[in-house]
Amino acid sequence: MQNLSNEVWVFIEHRNGKAADVSLELLCKGRKLAEQLRGPLKAIVIGEDVQAIAADTFKYGATEVLLIQHKELKNYRTLPYSRILNNLISEHSPRIVLFGATVIGRDLAPRVASNTKSGLTADCTELRIDTITYLGKECKDILLQIRPAFGGNIIATIITPDNPVQMATVREGVMELTPLAKPNEIKITEIPFLPDSTDALVEIIEQFHQENKVNLKAAPVIVAGGYGLGTKENFKLIHELAHVLGGEVAGSRAAVDAGFVPHERQVGQTGVTVRPKLYIAVGISGAIQHRAGMQEANKIIAINTDPDAPIFQIAHYGIVGDAAVIIPKFIDAYKHKLK
Amino acid sequence: MYNSIVLVKQVPDTANISGKVMKEDGTVNRSKLPAIFNHEDKVALELALQVKEKYGGKVTAITMGPPRASDILRECLYMGADEVFLISDRKFAGADTLATSYVLCEAVNQIGKYHFIFGGRQAIDGDTAQVGPQTADKLNIPQVTYAEQILDIKENKVTIKRKIDGGHEIVQATLPVLVTVIKEAAEVRPFSAKKVMAYKGAKSLTDLEKLTEGNSLLYTDTLIHEYKERNLFISTLTMDDLQLDVDRCGVKGSPTKVHKVESVVLAGGNQEKVEPTKAGIGELIDKLLEDHILG
Repeated sequence: MQNLSNEVWVFIEHRNGKAADVSLELLCKGRKLAEQLRGPLKAIVIGEDVQAIAADTFKYGATEVLLIQHKELKNYRTLPYSRILNNLISEHSPRIVLFGATVIGRDLAPRVASNTKSGLTADCTELRIDTITYLGKECKDILLQIRPAFGGNIIATIITPDNPVQMATVREGVMELTPLAKPNEIKITEIPFLPDSTDALVEIIEQFHQENKVNLKAAPVIVAGGYGLGTKENFKLIHELAHVLGGEVAGSRAAVDAGFVPHERQVGQTGVTVRPKLYIAVGISGAIQHRAGMQEANKIIAINTDPDAPIFQIAHYGIVGDAAVIIPKFIDAYKHKLK
Repeated sequence: MYNSIVLVKQVPDTANISGKVMKEDGTVNRSKLPAIFNHEDKVALELALQVKEKYGGKVTAITMGPPRASDILRECLYMGADEVFLISDRKFAGADTLATSYVLCEAVNQIGKYHFIFGGRQAIDGDTAQVGPQTADKLNIPQVTYAEQILDIKENKVTIKRKIDGGHEIVQATLPVLVTVIKEAAEVRPFSAKKVMAYKGAKSLTDLEKLTEGNSLLYTDTLIHEYKERNLFISTLTMDDLQLDVDRCGVKGSPTKVHKVESVVLAGGNQEKVEPTKAGIGELIDKLLEDHILG
C-alpha cells in the first residue's frame, strides 16, 4: 500500500461559542493515538467567527487547527460541511478521523465516509492502535475500533485494513476529558471556503434551543428503570427512590422506547455514559448496550425478578424480586437509617 | 403528487433480551431472537403513506436482505404500500453500511423517479444510522436526518422539523431528498384487515421455489405467472438484475471488517446476593452508608 499518513484528525463540533465536550474528549484520545503514530493531531473547525473555539483545542492536545470560516457555515448543514471534509480528506488522506456520535456526527460522518469510501464504525467504546494479522497479512499500527454489536452481547473489534483513512464516531463521556497542564503552541491554518450552488438545497428556516435540564453525568447517584417495570405508573417507584437518595432518574433504551422516561435520561451506548458513585438498575435486563453506559459506576445494585438477567453479572449487589415490593422497603430502611 | 421509496430492514429483536435467550455459557443465543420490522423504518413508511394521502403519489418499499425479509415487505403491503421489492442475493451477505448503500442506491435508480426516499434513522441491530446518509451521498441528493415532522410540501420544496443537539430546527429542502425519521415522527397505523386478507398470500421467488420443491407437478414459472396475475408476486432484484459491480457488494465491498468477535461471557463477578427482606436490604444500606456511597 502507498505510504500511509500519520495524521489524526478530530472534527470539532461547537455550540453557543464553545467546543462540544465530546469533541474535546476526542482530542484527548486523539493525542494518544497521534503519539503512537508519531504524527500530528489536527482539529477541524468549521463555522463563522470561531477563532476562540479553534484556540481552545490546543489546551486539549491539538497541534494544528484547520480553520474554515464563512457566514454560510455559521450553522451546521450537511452539504457544505461534508463538501469541505471530502476535499480536505481527499487532499491530505489523514490516517484517522474522529467524530462525536451526536446528531451532527451521525449526519456528517457517514456522508463523508461514503464519499471517501472509508469504513466508518459508529459508537465505539474503545479505540486502540495495534499491529495485528488479518487474513494472513500484517496490519501495522492499525486502528482497532471496538464496540458492542448486534444486541447479542458481542464485543466486536472492527478494522478497515484496506483503506488509508480510518473513521470512527464516539459518544460523549466515553473518552475522558484530560486537558493538558500546558496548552500546545497555537498553529491555525485558515482554509478558504468556496460556496457552491448545491449549498442552497437545504436551508435552515429557524432554530429552537432548549436547555438540557438533565445532567446525568454529574449525578452521584442514579436510579435507572428498565422495560421490566412494565408501565409508566411503576416508574414512579424510580422517581421516589431517586428523590429520597438525592439522585437522578434514568432509563434503559427499552424504557425510553416504551415511553416510561424521556430520551435525555437514557443511559447506554446510544444514550449517556455515566460513572456515578451508585447506580441502581431496576427491571433492567442488562443488555450489553446498556452496560456500556454504566459499567464503570463505583457500585451497582441490580433489582430484577429474573435471576438470570445479565445485569446481575456486573452488579456488586443483586436483589431478586419485585421492584414494587423492594423499593418501598429500600426507601423505608434508608429513611430509618438516616434518623 | 409525490412518489416515495421507503428503505426498510428486518432485524433481530435486540430490545428484548431476557434470561430466556441467554445460553449456558453466558452468551446470547442470537437464533432465539425473533426477527421484526425495524420500528423506525415502519415510522418512515407511515410518513410516506401520510404524504401519499395528502398529496397523492406512489409508495414503494424496498429492503436488502435474505429471502425471509419478504416477511416485512408483506407487512408494508398490509400498511398500504403500493409496491414492494426484495433486494436479495447471496453476494450481498456480510455487507457493511457502505456496501449496503451502494446496492440500495442502484436499486433506487432502477426503480425509477422519486421525490422522497424515507428511512428510519437507524436499525436496532447495527445502530449505526449510516445507511441513510450514505445512500443519499451515492444518489447525490440532499439529506434531512432526525426528521420529526413534515410541515409542508409545496412544488419542489419540503419543510421539515428535525431534532438537533440541544433542540430543534426547521429546514427547507429541495426535492428529491432523502429523509431519515425518528420514532417520534408518527404513530404507526395498524394493518388494514382488508389489505392483510388481500396480501397475506404474497410470495417472493424464493417462497415460490419452496412450494415447488419436491413436487414435480408444480412449476415455478407457472406459479410466478399466477402470482403476478393476482398481484401477489414480490419482485426480487438480484446482483445481475441491478448489474452491480461484485467488488462493491457484500463482504468484498465492505471496508469495515470484523477482526474479532468476543462473546461477552458473563461469568459471575463479585456479586453479592441480597435477600429481598427488610433485614437484607437494611444490611445493604448499612454497607453503602459505611462506604460513603450513600450519605
